Amino acid sequence: MLMLYIITAVILYLFWIVFSGIFDPFHLITGAVMSLLIAFFTWDLLFKNREISIPERLGEAFRFANYILWLLWQIVIANIYVARLALSPRMPIDPKIIRVPIKLKKDVSMVAFANSITLTPGTITISVEGDTFLVHAIDLKLADDLLSGEMERRVAHVFREDLLPL
Amino acid sequence: MIHIVQNIIAIFFILAGLFFFTTSIIGLIRFPDFYCRMHATGKGDTLGTILLFAGFIVYEGVTLTSLKLLLIPVFIFLASPTVTHSIGKAAVNCCAKGWEKEKSKEEGASA
Repeated sequence: MLMLYIITAVILYLFWIVFSGIFDPFHLITGAVMSLLIAFFTWDLLFKNREISIPERLGEAFRFANYILWLLWQIVIANIYVARLALSPRMPIDPKIIRVPIKLKKDVSMVAFANSITLTPGTITISVEGDTFLVHAIDLKLADDLLSGEMERRVAHVFREDLLPL
Repeated sequence: MIHIVQNIIAIFFILAGLFFFTTSIIGLIRFPDFYCRMHATGKGDTLGTILLFAGFIVYEGVTLTSLKLLLIPVFIFLASPTVTHSIGKAAVNCCAKGWEKEKSKEEGASA
């Protein structure tokens, strides 16, 4: 409990220092007092699930950073593909709304997965209906990439979820 | 010398970013319906933003300002897909019809 409170305060203080960029005593002390005060009210918002231990959280953050790097690479590939579509004179697009069944259960991993779909160009998560995502794909190739389920497996790995077959 | 190299790399990144922004604007004008245009504008500029800010960070070097510059794309990455999603959801809820390839061909044949 106390540990989580201190971590929240430290995170807030680091943000304060980065954003203020002034290192005189007045600003540093004001920042410290304010981050301790705000952490007192908000630490239970940042750490919702108190069951998870701190090393586990660090592991999750590390896997998430790894996932972001993979996602950046996917964004580069897909963006070049969409740029080609936009620039080609005949514009061979074939937009479809497809249903993607999802096996993820946790809210966090569903949000991460939906936002990753929207971030990679060519696919937008339009709506969530129970355990299916309604996805608008601009091209069937990009839709197939999504339906192959690699991204979902990676998200599941980040948040330590088991993907049960539907 | 190091400054020249730094500037060249920064200019390369910024030009690449501008190229992707341009293609997303061209896509906005050329794509046929609401959803496809959302593809172009909503996040066609994700790569553009990354490259542009990578260029700024290289130009700035390792300072507190470049750390702040690094945070801007992070927040854009959180906000942009969420907004795109909610606009798309609104469009589906008020039954905006999407353009489809086969249908437009039939219409073209009958016209």
